[in-house]
Amino acid sequence: MSAISIRSIRKEFKGHQALKSISLEVRDQEFCVLLGPSGCGKTTLMRIIAGLETQTSGDVFIGERCMNGLPPRERNIAMVFQNYAVFPHMTIGENIGFGLRMKKAPEARVRQQVERAASLMHIEHLLGRYAGQLSGGQRQRVAVARALAVEPDVLLMDEPLSNLDALLRLEMRSELKGLLRDIQTTTIYVTHDQTEAMSLADRIAVMNGGEIVQYDTPPVVYDTPADQFVGGFIGNPPMNFITDAAVQQALGCSPPAPGLTLGLRPESVELVAQGGLAVQAKVVEMLGASQQINTLAGTELLRISTAAQPTVLPAQPLQVRAKPGAERWYDHNKKRVA
Amino acid sequence: MRNTSRFVTASALLVSVCWLVPIVLIGLSAFLPREAVSAWPKSLVPSNLSLDTMRFFVTYAGVWQSVLNSVVVAALTMVFAVLLGAPAGYALARYDFKGQTVYRLLIVMTRAFPLAILALPLVTRFISVGLYDTHLGVALVHTALALPFSILVSSSLFMGIPRELEEAAWTLGCNRVQAFMKVVLPLALPGMAATMIFSFVISWNEVFSASVLTLNNRTLTAFLFASLEESPLHFRFAGGFFLILPSMLFIFVVRKYLFSMWGISNR
Repeated sequence: MSAISIRSIRKEFKGHQALKSISLEVRDQEFCVLLGPSGCGKTTLMRIIAGLETQTSGDVFIGERCMNGLPPRERNIAMVFQNYAVFPHMTIGENIGFGLRMKKAPEARVRQQVERAASLMHIEHLLGRYAGQLSGGQRQRVAVARALAVEPDVLLMDEPLSNLDALLRLEMRSELKGLLRDIQTTTIYVTHDQTEAMSLADRIAVMNGGEIVQYDTPPVVYDTPADQFVGGFIGNPPMNFITDAAVQQALGCSPPAPGLTLGLRPESVELVAQGGLAVQAKVVEMLGASQQINTLAGTELLRISTAAQPTVLPAQPLQVRAKPGAERWYDHNKKRVA
Repeated sequence: MRNTSRFVTASALLVSVCWLVPIVLIGLSAFLPREAVSAWPKSLVPSNLSLDTMRFFVTYAGVWQSVLNSVVVAALTMVFAVLLGAPAGYALARYDFKGQTVYRLLIVMTRAFPLAILALPLVTRFISVGLYDTHLGVALVHTALALPFSILVSSSLFMGIPRELEEAAWTLGCNRVQAFMKVVLPLALPGMAATMIFSFVISWNEVFSASVLTLNNRTLTAFLFASLEESPLHFRFAGGFFLILPSMLFIFVVRKYLFSMWGISNR
């Protein structure tokens, strides 16, 4: 009912191109994550969808309706802001009911929706308090509850978890995931955190420099990055890029055409007894279930992620090669060719 | 370290004494019998307090009428200053527009214009449009004096209210006016109240334009100024005390905002 269609959106700020002709289709009830480094235009795109920002050209459709020029209140969207934006002069209950009261909903329905949203976010006991008396995590819950209470066609979330501490962030992440699957609302979620994007999204739109460089499901984006930027941005540690043809050969990969760059995920590099590329472990980080080894392949950094056993020691000589089928190839424009 | 803090304390004390002694003297003299006003030496803990001076002052012909004039003019000034100052402050805080820095500068520049130069043209103009010797006329000039403060303070008030709060209100069904009324204004209200009181005090204290632009409808300052020459010393003290009162009250009411305005909030 409320798919989102973004058609050739451009946005200029004082001569600077913030968005360069962006097109994006989000299906009804889909969870779409806009992922990218700061300044890539992801928040601008979301604000254009919300109507808080006006595009220089292009169209935004929600469902069948063209939203161009409509103010936020006529778009039936709800937004969760990075700094929560809970109104400090109203109680939590008034905050959550604010949207429905503005839409002149009958008081009985307002009360019912406030209770429903509050119980979804487990904040029933906070309804009488003020934002100033709440912790960051609680305010976050209020902001989400306030957005859910209006039952929007589209839920927009702008880095909602980035102000929480690490542990709380993980907790809220899995809670949000379960919640959003239950309420089945089309959602656009902006973040710069690639693990957040990977774990939450139905589809990820990776943005860089005002463009969408790849738009696909998390496994596809991870497995076959469309260009070197995506490979380097998604995955921790990021993808290895090897330009030296001799090193590529020694790793057991032969390029489909000369002059291509090899992209190899750290976990796609395996240790072998002999017959691989000879390298020396520089730095070894023990991560519990796995260990991360930084080595030099020729002059280029090669990160390897292997099982914790057998333990590799610093300065230990190693033989490594690529797992079959794991290699990706990039041309001089850093685009994937194979 | 200790020496510097001691120096700071000593300087602060010195400055406070310089400012406070005249106020204390005026206050004391207003509550002493008329002979004690010119007595020397003065004692800081007077034994012979009396209300005679104040009684004489408040029963003097014309005082109450001029107090009433002052209140009306100051109230008008307060209303005009907030009605004009708040929107201007909001625009300065929320919108990027060409010439914003110049506009900011011009706002302050209005205070740099000496009123004495403006007085004569103002009087002739006011006579011709029928504003001379009216509350409205004086209030308009006082508004011009109070506006720079009103605009700049309300702009910093609005800047202190996160834009996201307003945007959240827009996404939740408010138009711009509703968002302003329901979210921005309630949050800005305490600060706005302080600005309003300050406009009131500016008008209450202003002598020059009030004296030049009125003849019969004198404000209290203009009335006292005009009768300064021929009035006895204790009458002047009583009048001075009456004039100081609102400012003192104002400072106590808004001191929290004055501090936070300059970034030394102690909340």
